[in-house]
Amino acid sequence: MLVRIHVTLKPGVLDPQGRAVHHSLEGLGFDGVEDVRVGRLIELDLADGTSDETIDQMCRKLLANMVIENYRIEKLDRKAEAA
Amino acid sequence: MSFRAAVITFPGSNCDRDMAVALERAAGTPPLRVWHADAALPDRLDFIALPGGFSYGDYLRSGAMAANSPVMRAVAKQAERGVPVLGVCNGFQVLTEAGLLPGALLRNAKQNFVCRDVQLKVENTQSLFTAGYDKDAAITIPVAHHDGNYFANEETLDRIEGDGRVAFRYLDATNGSQRDIAGVLNAAGNVLGMMPHPERAVDTATGGTDGAILFESAVKSLADA
Repeated sequence: MLVRIHVTLKPGVLDPQGRAVHHSLEGLGFDGVEDVRVGRLIELDLADGTSDETIDQMCRKLLANMVIENYRIEKLDRKAEAA
Repeated sequence: MSFRAAVITFPGSNCDRDMAVALERAAGTPPLRVWHADAALPDRLDFIALPGGFSYGDYLRSGAMAANSPVMRAVAKQAERGVPVLGVCNGFQVLTEAGLLPGALLRNAKQNFVCRDVQLKVENTQSLFTAGYDKDAAITIPVAHHDGNYFANEETLDRIEGDGRVAFRYLDATNGSQRDIAGVLNAAGNVLGMMPHPERAVDTATGGTDGAILFESAVKSLADA
């Protein structure tokens, strides 16, 4: 099964990268960009039946730093992805 | 008495030799060198140093992979037993990622790599690492990092400040760190993480000796123990 982990900085944690991207978008003339947060996408190809708890543990132990980051788990339908 | 120190090298460490030189100058004997994949540390260590560099290429997050390497389980055990552990720069990032110190190191606030001498204020002179400094002394130590922006939540910051666990503070805003924190101690006082490089300030030929006092303090604390 394919699983995507979206890792983002927690609200309130300064995101200098997001700020720089925000500035660049404004420089390109895009108005109305209220805020930009840059995160990380990690795609895992896991054995079928890998438990939610195991995926959660992967996130907490390594993929996200719980002091500064949040994570969101998205499970993908492999057939739909291939199509 | 011989001072038995170990310097741990991860793939991508690049300040391990400087750290070894600084320790040897202070202790009179060279430290043992330990490779990250070693599951066990040498016996009877008096001091463990995690050097600067870019362990595992800083992939994922600075220090994250190194924090989960076999040797770090052994380091955590030794830290628990009270063995002094110093993490500098990437070593500091490893210690926070391993949960041995509070907080995390974010990208510098201005997105730039900062590489220069900075002035630090010595906030704590009670620890084995800092006993040789004068309280509130201004010292000069170089920094070289991209991810040195110290972050912890307000509750944690208040706690470490209240417990006197801020070892060093930047005198100028160097990287956006919360409350200008440059170095933090654990609750027991035997683990210190700092972004500035004391091992690069142990010789007048290369810009001062303010860093040497830290290593001399550690050696003296063992001799006095």
